[in-house]
Amino acid sequence: MPEAVPVTRPVPQAASGPLVRLNSLKRYFDVSPPWLARVLEGKPRAIVQAVDGVDIEIARGETFSLVGESGCGKSTVARLVVGLYPATQGGIEFDGMDMSVRRGSADNSAIRRRMQMIFQDPYASLNPRWRVFDIIAEPIRAFGLAASKDEIKQRVDGLLRQVRLTPADGAKFPHEFSGGQRQRISIARALASRPEFLVCDEPTSALDVSVQAQILNLMMELQRDYGLTYLFISHNLAVVYHISTRVGVMYLGRLVEVAATDTLFRRPRHPYTRMLLDTIPDLEMTGRRRMPVAGEVPSPINPPTGCAFHPRCPFANDRCKKERPELLAAEGTRVACHAVEEGRLPAEERSYAGH
Amino acid sequence: MAFVDLMRRAADSDIWYSFKSSHVVVVATVVTLFIFAMAFLAPILAPHTPFDPATLSLSDALKPPVLTGEDGADWAFPLGTDEQGRDVLSSIMYGTRLSLVVGILATIFSMVLGIALGLISGYVGGGVDAFIMRLADVQLTFPALLVALLIDGVVRGLISVQRHDEIALYVIIGAIGLSFWVQYARTVRGSVLVEKSKEYVQAARVIGLSPVLIMIRHVLPNVMGPVLVIATINIGLAVLTEATLSFLGVGLPSTQPSLGTLIRLGQEVLLSGTWWIVIFPGVTLAILVVAVNLMGDWLRDALNPKLR
Amino acid sequence: MTGANAPLLEVRHLRVEFPTRRGTLVAVDDVSFDLAPGEVLGVVGESGAGKSLTGAAIIGLLEPPGRIAAGEIRLEGERIDNLPYEKMRRIRGAKIGAIFQDPLTSLNPLYGIGRQLIETIQTHLPLSAQAARARAIELLKEVGIPGAETRIDHYPHQFSGGMRQRVVIALALCANPRLIVADEPTTALDVSIQAQIIALLKKLCREHRTAVMLVTHDMGVIAETADRVAVMYAGRLAEIGPVRDVVKNAAHPYTRGLMGSIPSIGERGHRLTQIEGSMPRLTEIPKGCAFNPRCPDRGDRCTRERPELMPAPTTQAACWQYDPAGVGTKARETVDA
Repeated sequence: MPEAVPVTRPVPQAASGPLVRLNSLKRYFDVSPPWLARVLEGKPRAIVQAVDGVDIEIARGETFSLVGESGCGKSTVARLVVGLYPATQGGIEFDGMDMSVRRGSADNSAIRRRMQMIFQDPYASLNPRWRVFDIIAEPIRAFGLAASKDEIKQRVDGLLRQVRLTPADGAKFPHEFSGGQRQRISIARALASRPEFLVCDEPTSALDVSVQAQILNLMMELQRDYGLTYLFISHNLAVVYHISTRVGVMYLGRLVEVAATDTLFRRPRHPYTRMLLDTIPDLEMTGRRRMPVAGEVPSPINPPTGCAFHPRCPFANDRCKKERPELLAAEGTRVACHAVEEGRLPAEERSYAGH
Repeated sequence: MAFVDLMRRAADSDIWYSFKSSHVVVVATVVTLFIFAMAFLAPILAPHTPFDPATLSLSDALKPPVLTGEDGADWAFPLGTDEQGRDVLSSIMYGTRLSLVVGILATIFSMVLGIALGLISGYVGGGVDAFIMRLADVQLTFPALLVALLIDGVVRGLISVQRHDEIALYVIIGAIGLSFWVQYARTVRGSVLVEKSKEYVQAARVIGLSPVLIMIRHVLPNVMGPVLVIATINIGLAVLTEATLSFLGVGLPSTQPSLGTLIRLGQEVLLSGTWWIVIFPGVTLAILVVAVNLMGDWLRDALNPKLR
Repeated sequence: MTGANAPLLEVRHLRVEFPTRRGTLVAVDDVSFDLAPGEVLGVVGESGAGKSLTGAAIIGLLEPPGRIAAGEIRLEGERIDNLPYEKMRRIRGAKIGAIFQDPLTSLNPLYGIGRQLIETIQTHLPLSAQAARARAIELLKEVGIPGAETRIDHYPHQFSGGMRQRVVIALALCANPRLIVADEPTTALDVSIQAQIIALLKKLCREHRTAVMLVTHDMGVIAETADRVAVMYAGRLAEIGPVRDVVKNAAHPYTRGLMGSIPSIGERGHRLTQIEGSMPRLTEIPKGCAFNPRCPDRGDRCTRERPELMPAPTTQAACWQYDPAGVGTKARETVDA
């Protein structure tokens, strides 16, 4: 009987320092109209500052979540971390090693093995023409992690069991599975190379709530059993609250607040964080109203001057319109807000039903 | 075991159902298979070997088809003979074989070329993409026939007539192949752009697979559907182009006649009343092309989920 | 039929089928409910539960080959499920408005929004072009579009997602409909915009006494918006009742599982309640109660007989444990526990 294969050593070998560090990471996208249109119609170049200077340290074994509305750059950060996009500026360190080492080098391949990604759309993230067995076996083969066909088979069967599927499912094609089962297959594939670090880009937002609960439970079990570290991207604050150790709130490509989960939800500092928390639906029917906040996220092509949130912020003053706030330490959290820095905006305690 | 499993899956598939429920395509397939069988089994099935001069006798010349009941009709030559005593039926069988060889090989050639350029164009993007696609635009401004004529003309200018007859088959395959790649390249490029952004391709990139491997293992199998549709329709078109070229006298020489060559040879004597020499090859060509196109049209609809 | 408390919409034993070559799929099966004027009924369920198809059947926009195979739909007492296409089209604009998930598909990108609004208004109301335009501007103001006088001449792509959904709502309100069927109206929007749209829908509903059938998978939206909730599972109604009772004191084991699986703020790091397995495909709906293979309280009868909606302590639930004859499932007590 093949045993369930341990995914990674529960205790990381070099326990000092963060596992992942992002140093003023920037990623700009050129979305200019074609050259001909620029010349003939005089249209200007357009640059989207999708990620504009993000500093994060992710400790071993923790779940760091990035939240924000669409277009805030959280998914771009995820893709930068796993190397799907090169950074425009800044760097990523993994376990003390610089990720910008040349593609294809042995070091790079070693780092890649140790980090994997789980994607949002379970219908697009599995190649429809491959059998589930081959999908899960691909990383094992690509990194040469098994010596024989038997060993691959044993590993894949073990992975299928880990995600609560059966080895017989390996012979099927993705379309024979439901959305939740497909997401399990994605997780099995991500675990196949025995990574320590998983980047999860909205892994449950395409799923129904009851299936979401299954996947979140599974992810938390895997983390506990194998000491995994997660970078978790989501727009669902309740999910983020449930699963995270620390949370970073992003707005228009920049972090506006980083704090431990409880601190962030109970003592939000940044006005945008407060606004986001106000939008959490009140399932406990305490009669609390969602606070509709005026305005929408501005275009990232022409972000507002100064603090990007100032057009929607009830506390904005002249300084906010002109000067961009830095992410500064404030009572154990980091906040990018002039009003908080100047003491104009006192911390606010929040409580939630169920306590 | 695996085969039985495959057959069971095939028998249960939507494609098979759609095939069974379309009488037109069933008939077209039967007709196509019949013509293919007759053509490729010509050396066994054909009553005569029309292009072996040793077997020809001028006394058999210009016999009318049996069904006309005219004088001289002979069951040995059911569709009559031409002015050199060649059996028309056997000529058609050998000619169809040649036409199909040209059509299929030219289609494969253009398919491989088009897929390769399309993959490169779609995956690399940027200047390479722009160059290949502009090349395709230029190519499209010339009718395929003109491109084939041009290539054939250049080759003729380069080598002797003697040599040309020997390699005529390859020249015409190359000429037709080169004039049909654009459609594949554009289709593949479009599909690559769509597939490239899908998450399963990103997942493969995350584990560091090389772009070439990703193209071959992941993207290519997912863009083959539309390519096969184009290929099916293009076999008919390629056969037709070959016939046109041969009819114009720039295709296959009369020593290795294809259907087109037969029609050209036949129309020279058409006015003398020997209609069968040209009509039968012509009808065969028409039936073949129509049948193949019907299959292609069906395949396109069957693979298009929007039309289901 | 036209008493003061007569329901605006009555759905009786609605059955929607999709004939396929492998047999007929029953996507909505024996669904009955009422909707009173001015009431907001939330219809929840997981994807494939049949909630959107129920909505589509009511507005007469089932995509062929889907069809209403049985049952009746009455609007203000008159049957609307068997009307010819033209008649239904007129009712659809005049009495029933529709809001869909993706505002872009509801608006024609080639025309300015003003033209679309004015055309819709003139189709259903006898107004001159000028009067219709005035009404269109008024509607845009009502749904909270700033600068409505100038924005009316803009094209859909010039609006942001949230603003577009407001335009769609204005479009649905053109002829002052009695009923609005809103299918996932906030799903494509950011959370902060969702709150705005929900607040708007509620306000309109209150002011115009328009009934709303709100189809969504988002329990948060339902909890804040709906008066009553219908929970669907595998094409059938599992439970229906006042929103508070369904959310907090659900009677049906499926509803309880569904509510428990929603992460809430306040408790963290524990296992979420999960319903094992997944909803059956329409081709493999189990005999008896469709939920029985996943049900923690399953009894013998559940695998044999299909339960109808029965009065439960607070709601109506299709579950044998509330059988008045008392031949319930094994664990009656678990309900009250």
